[in-house]
Amino acid sequence: MSQAIEHLKGMEKGSLRADLDIIAGWIKADTKVLDLGCGDGTLLAYLRDQHNVLGYGLEIDLFNIEVCVEKNINVIQANLNDGLKAYFADNSFDCVIMSQTLQATEQPDLLIEEMLRVGAEGIVTFPNMAHWSARLQLGLKGIMPVTKNLPNQWFNTPNVHLCTLNDFEILCQKHGIQILERAVVDYSHKKGSWLTNLFPNLLGEIAIYRFCRHQ
Amino acid sequence: MPETIADDSVGIVETKTTHFAEALTLECDKTLAEYDIAYETYGELNADSSNAILICHALSGDQHAAGYYGMDDKKPGWWDSAIGPGKPIDTNRFFVVSINNLGGCKGSSGPNTVNPETGKYWGPDFPIVTVKDWVKCQYRFMLSLNINHWCAVIGGSLGGMQVLQWTIDYPDLIKHAIVIAAAPKLSAQNIAFNEVARQSIMSDPDFCDGHYLENDTVPRRGLMLARMLGHITYLSDDAMRDKFGRELREGKLNFGFDVDFQVESYLRYQGRSFVDRFDANTYLLMTKTLDYFDPASDYEDNLALAVKQTSAQFLVISFTSDWRFAPERSREITKALLQAEKRVSYIEIDANQGHDAFLIPIPHYMNVLGSYMLNIAKDLS
Repeated sequence: MSQAIEHLKGMEKGSLRADLDIIAGWIKADTKVLDLGCGDGTLLAYLRDQHNVLGYGLEIDLFNIEVCVEKNINVIQANLNDGLKAYFADNSFDCVIMSQTLQATEQPDLLIEEMLRVGAEGIVTFPNMAHWSARLQLGLKGIMPVTKNLPNQWFNTPNVHLCTLNDFEILCQKHGIQILERAVVDYSHKKGSWLTNLFPNLLGEIAIYRFCRHQ
Repeated sequence: MPETIADDSVGIVETKTTHFAEALTLECDKTLAEYDIAYETYGELNADSSNAILICHALSGDQHAAGYYGMDDKKPGWWDSAIGPGKPIDTNRFFVVSINNLGGCKGSSGPNTVNPETGKYWGPDFPIVTVKDWVKCQYRFMLSLNINHWCAVIGGSLGGMQVLQWTIDYPDLIKHAIVIAAAPKLSAQNIAFNEVARQSIMSDPDFCDGHYLENDTVPRRGLMLARMLGHITYLSDDAMRDKFGRELREGKLNFGFDVDFQVESYLRYQGRSFVDRFDANTYLLMTKTLDYFDPASDYEDNLALAVKQTSAQFLVISFTSDWRFAPERSREITKALLQAEKRVSYIEIDANQGHDAFLIPIPHYMNVLGSYMLNIAKDLS
């Protein structure tokens, strides 16, 4: 797993990280949820304990898997592409979550389609490449952005499919996907201010979307 | 041989036997009027009898899962690495029960015991028992200990199949099911290997149509061959390469048909030592038990439907280099459990030891098993 993802996933201590808190707020009680790349199972444990959610996680990192088992999380060792196809029937979940992983996948568009095959709704979070700090580096310095949020260089980044809020929304439109909710948080995972919410694609560092198939 | 008993060992243990006078009707429609079950236990049963764990053994296993019979023992029980005080299956927390399955050859009624009706060895006339029969028998055994449920049933390989059968036949009497290196049923290739093993035993002139004990002989060559064949399927190509490569036993080729390579020597040793501790009829019977296992067949060939009723939580574990019951087979089980909306975790342990890996204390494997068991213990009270 990339340093960036490790970093983001390792940030939560004590209370739930802001982005996870937003996601948790979007999940209804007593539902069935799949978390793709569930990390150490923090979100699934929270959803189970607070919302009585029946949760399953897909994860490939051995250490994370051990921690999930410790937390009594239902964790399936599998990579995202094979795992979704191999194990899960159509419409078998109320919601499929993918937190901070979309940009590191081989074919994000197909994966989003898979999420909506398996789940009625999907939730993704990803780093926003149009954040002003990234824009400054590319626009003024002419270099690929390296930010706190995206600490890797262009040659060693696992994030092969970075995008912006606008990019994501265009993709959804093309694929007949309806965006139900959008939120942005900053690098320290604080919830966005009114200003950030006014210019999310410029000021938002991490985008969070809830979406479903167009009815 | 242990000079001293380690702190994390269950120490010196003994096999006990329980006689069951109540008749047991088997899937083959034959009935055993009475039978014995040999067993061992480790740890203490708690006040409300809620901490009992059943360990199910594999093809060549038995009730001696942990500890030593005496200070002269060369080896401890077959799963000593996982069972003991402070080990993943912690005998400070759990009451661990391990029985020799019916048809076995280590004290339970089986081909090498005397049929009380005839006064002769059962031999080939001992009825072929199935996994379902074993589980029924284990259920009766559980009641004989005044236990009304298992907090976990755990097993590898054929043992894992018994675990799966428990969740189907007694869905409410098992809280946790740990299914290791198993399969939902045997493949044609699996059955083929078993058939070659059986043929090698039955074609030994000393087999005497299974009545070798009455003739005071043993089909040594046949059983040895069967074990050698089995052993190849328990190891991976990589494990054999690492262990033996093309190493020569005497440093040179002998241009004859005796042992040249170390791997030949190893297999012969494994085969020979097996003959001294195992019964050929039991081997025949247990390979048939494996071949017949197909719990989904009672449920429209739908494993998800078969496990639908159980309230058990599952841990499914496989090993990357296992080609006897490959990870794919454990994924089939996992998929069915997910379809049935059961609580399940599936872990694929990176190991090069092949099928045998389930008996080896690989750190990641032991960590996962230990963490899972700790959660079970937390629930106990």
